[in-house]
Amino acid sequence: MNKCVSAAEAVSAIESGMTIGIGGWGPRRKPMGLVRELLRSDVKDLTVVAYGGADVGLLCAAGKVKKVIFAFVSLDFMPLEPAFRKARESGAIEVREIDEGMMLLGLRAAAWGSPFIPTRIGLGTDVVTRNADLAVVDSPYDDKEWVAMPALNLDAALIHATRADERGVCEIESPDHYMDDWFARASKTTIVSADEIVPSEHFNDPDVARRVYWERNCTTKVVHMPGGAHPSSSDPLYGYDIKHYKEYGALIGEGGFDAWSSAFLGRSEADYQAAVGGVDAIHSLPLPVY
Amino acid sequence: MTFSLAELMVCAASRSFDNDGEVLATGIGLLPRLAASLAMRTTNPDMMMTDSQSYMLSSPNPVSGMTSHEGQANENWMGFARIFDNVWSGARHALVGPSQVDRFGQTNIAALGGTYEAPKVQLLGVRGFPGNSISHANSFFVPKHSTRVFVEGECDVVCSIGYNPDRLPRGYSFDDIDIRRVITDLCIMDFNGPNKQMRVISLHPGVPLSEVQENTGFELAVADTVDETPAPTDEQLAIIAELDPLNFRAKQLKDNPPGVRNA
Repeated sequence: MNKCVSAAEAVSAIESGMTIGIGGWGPRRKPMGLVRELLRSDVKDLTVVAYGGADVGLLCAAGKVKKVIFAFVSLDFMPLEPAFRKARESGAIEVREIDEGMMLLGLRAAAWGSPFIPTRIGLGTDVVTRNADLAVVDSPYDDKEWVAMPALNLDAALIHATRADERGVCEIESPDHYMDDWFARASKTTIVSADEIVPSEHFNDPDVARRVYWERNCTTKVVHMPGGAHPSSSDPLYGYDIKHYKEYGALIGEGGFDAWSSAFLGRSEADYQAAVGGVDAIHSLPLPVY
Repeated sequence: MTFSLAELMVCAASRSFDNDGEVLATGIGLLPRLAASLAMRTTNPDMMMTDSQSYMLSSPNPVSGMTSHEGQANENWMGFARIFDNVWSGARHALVGPSQVDRFGQTNIAALGGTYEAPKVQLLGVRGFPGNSISHANSFFVPKHSTRVFVEGECDVVCSIGYNPDRLPRGYSFDDIDIRRVITDLCIMDFNGPNKQMRVISLHPGVPLSEVQENTGFELAVADTVDETPAPTDEQLAIIAELDPLNFRAKQLKDNPPGVRNA
């Protein structure tokens, strides 16, 4: 089976009104090329589930988002994501604000076919009071109350991997695969962009096989996108692009989405990469040090 | 030896970890991280710390001047999903810097002002605060003690559970919540006043108690004996300098004030 398709073809599976999950974390290993393809489409009214960075910011700025399910949207070195901040402060988006760990539980519940997972997380905080539909339930085993974190069932998940083969075996060589395995398992459709496409024999090495965090039947489509995580990082291949993030922040601040998109988005990933200095420049971005 | 207020605060904060034993200490922000690192190098060598990325370290990394993670003292892989396994076990003590703290010890890092639907200022989001606060010990680091941080009413968004009887979940008591210390640029506080009231236990050199109360939006308890926050020792200062060779700590507080006022 060959799951390799173009970005446009892969993203055509996403329809208006769907719930999509986006892998990565803040400015780290985000499937930004796939997000850019979504920005070029006419899809709207999305519900987005993410450990958010500029992926969430851009989709909000472009008017693609009805609701964001989030614990944070941040670029780490720029703590406040400029486009998300604008969207939130103008009241343009609905939100379900939950704890980082609750999001993990919601993805696990979806992956396991459970309607919810009980947790103490959120008790005593505005996570419970501000999410009116978040149930607090009795336990059959003790006298405490528990938050019933509902399954975060995804229609589609977007993930960026270091390498993949054409059958959808995906390697994440970065220091952390974050919750990407759970995004893949929680979703009906999983689209993976990969910096490199490799022959299946690549995975014969047991050390490499250990860096495969979900099975290939959880991967629906594979898109070859060298540099596709830019401006986020894809360790060990390249770091995140602080200069570009700053430029993005300034453009969003001055002229909103149109200012950024007319300068960078283009009609394809090739246009975008030309606008940010080319794939070689992306590959020379230094790895972050924390 | 002279020392800065930042160094005094780092040393004071590091002592929060003294009796923790083998717990994961997480300092969010440069000075809190420096405080946790100092504790691991001095009063609590059993402590556990990560590289802020994905490995547990047997010795803390420097907070400045590091150009690569290669060669660091890894002891186990510790990705973010696994951090939650540790968090929910309770074996962690986080030292965090909230934007607001109220009289119940509830905190806010999510948003300020306006309405919840359209806040005046969107901050980070609740992040891991709800889960941290109900799972393990937490201490707070406040670089500028003011009524903007220590607010009169409740926090604009309550991100972490505190000692608020009106919000206490069914089946829970205050004993299930573990807020340890609050270290500010003026003093050290805990929550061991009557009914878990926030309480001043130590004043930094030259700071009058009245200044602390004036800059706090609610009434504070005061310990029977209020100590003067001890000056950093030469050993502590040497280790701090080793952990922060580029002196980033000097840029964390406005004008990098000295540790002893009018010194």
